[in-house]
Amino acid sequence: MNFESIPLQGFLIVSSILFCIGIWGLLNSRNAVRVLMSIELMLNAVNLNLMAFSSYVDNNLIQGQVFSIFVITVAAAEAAVGLAILLSLYRNRVTVDMESFNLLKW
Amino acid sequence: MSIAVTTQFICFAVLSLVIIVGALGVVLLENIVYSAFLLGGVFMSVAGLYLLLNASFVAAAQVLVYVGAINVLILFAIMLVNKKEDLKPMKYLNSRRLISTTICITLLSLLIRVDLSKVWKIANPNLSIGEESTVRIGEHLFSDYLLPFEVASVLLLMAMIGAIVLARRDVLTKDISTGLPVDQELIEKSDKPLLIKKN
Repeated sequence: MNFESIPLQGFLIVSSILFCIGIWGLLNSRNAVRVLMSIELMLNAVNLNLMAFSSYVDNNLIQGQVFSIFVITVAAAEAAVGLAILLSLYRNRVTVDMESFNLLKW
Repeated sequence: MSIAVTTQFICFAVLSLVIIVGALGVVLLENIVYSAFLLGGVFMSVAGLYLLLNASFVAAAQVLVYVGAINVLILFAIMLVNKKEDLKPMKYLNSRRLISTTICITLLSLLIRVDLSKVWKIANPNLSIGEESTVRIGEHLFSDYLLPFEVASVLLLMAMIGAIVLARRDVLTKDISTGLPVDQELIEKSDKPLLIKKN
């Protein structure tokens, strides 16, 4: 593949934008499911960064790809536990509004 | 992968556009079911970018794990907790929005500045492993990354057990005082949520 074709910066900028959209969603969502979706967006942005660097800078020993496989594994575990916590919260509070989960707030 | 440069550029532009518009839709749309389906689209487009980066194995893993598992899990969670509710009005909502948007735009400009100003040392494209990347990932996973690979299996087992323990409802098979078997449906109906404010 001719690597002069798409610059590395293109991938980096796309992943930066994706990460910032994820942070915005994390800070502004009232719905707890949407917060989990924003976390998944941020994990995808990080993965895209790792893959771009592994393909352009370390294209023989692609360690970034191995890292992104581990990130995908941890993301799957995180999503399962996160949604289970969400179900448990919903059972006790009958809402998914983030503002009502304030048991630990002073 | 040997496709023409123009095709690569068109693919990259279309996939990036789908990713950014889809991600904006995920965080901005009112209906959360649309958000979940758009999230699936974003995951598929990220897998497409991985294919452009010569990583067919990770692209397949992305489609299988993210679209096939996580997205379906999110859809099930939406089905289980989907209740139309009017959100209570919040104090300082607009100023909170303003502050968080400012922070995000500042962070974005910082990241883009770093991306554009730093000169990365690009490796020689002729040394690229190309289509052999799956073999190389397998070699990594069973030699220098063997310990994280094994720990990941323990992590997945722990996450599975933890999710079951967290999500299951406590049921009693026998009445504590009389010892008679109990009607589970009655327990389900009488099981009041614990932490609702009673006023």
